[in-house]
Amino acid sequence: MGEIANMIVFYCMAAVIVISSILAVTSRRMLRAATFLLIVLICTAGLYLLLNYHFLAVVQLSVYAGGILILFIFAILLTSAKGDRTESQDTKRMVSGGLALVAGIGITVWATLKHKFLYGDNLTILGDQEINMKEIGNAMIGTGKYEYLLSFEALSVLLLTCAIGAILIARKR
Amino acid sequence: MIPMEHYLIVSSIMFFVGVYGFITRKNLLAVLISIELILNSVEINFSVFNRYLYPEHMEGMFFSLFGIAISAAETAVAIAIIINVYRLANNIDVRHIDKLKH
Repeated sequence: MGEIANMIVFYCMAAVIVISSILAVTSRRMLRAATFLLIVLICTAGLYLLLNYHFLAVVQLSVYAGGILILFIFAILLTSAKGDRTESQDTKRMVSGGLALVAGIGITVWATLKHKFLYGDNLTILGDQEINMKEIGNAMIGTGKYEYLLSFEALSVLLLTCAIGAILIARKR
Repeated sequence: MIPMEHYLIVSSIMFFVGVYGFITRKNLLAVLISIELILNSVEINFSVFNRYLYPEHMEGMFFSLFGIAISAAETAVAIAIIINVYRLANNIDVRHIDKLKH
């Protein structure tokens, strides 16, 4: 029973993701595009929950849907007048973009369906057990094999640099 | 059980819709939204491969986590640049930004 419910939830979210991502890149009003991007990001967090990556879902919601979207909305409000629409797209670019879209989706879906992925009915996909939070924390600040202290620290320096750089670029002279 | 291929099809559709937006849109913020879609689809792929093929490891999840953090940094800098471009050129249309400095 839970299996069927999972499948229904997955296919609903897949449909919402496909439709909203198409609307996010075609909508002519920027605020609507940002709202559709928000829907896509929230549904992606739902996919992570279905995969039992609870921590990843929370990070996705708080960083993407909480942080980045606020930045987008502020930037849109700062750079466009009220009721402003982006100009209509020219047909030449739409044709080339559409060709890239159809060809890319065709090739990747064909390759995906042709390849046989070997995975059994392993318990972590079927069951409800999530990764232990203690395990994630230990792997993130460990120095051994499959542990990520170096990239974690490099990332913190990167974030600090980006914060300083963003302030430096955007401040008024 | 949901087949792994269905996750991959959803994420590849999301990726190429992002590519389409990257090609066709002219507003810089819309281009940035397309880039976010592309990054997001890649992160879905990392965690799906991790969960289905190597469920005893956590590498894919960590790649997704670091990818989310890097895309946050990238967005912050890009939006700072876009606001500065707006201040200098008074619009953010890619066709009108053909001078580096006035």
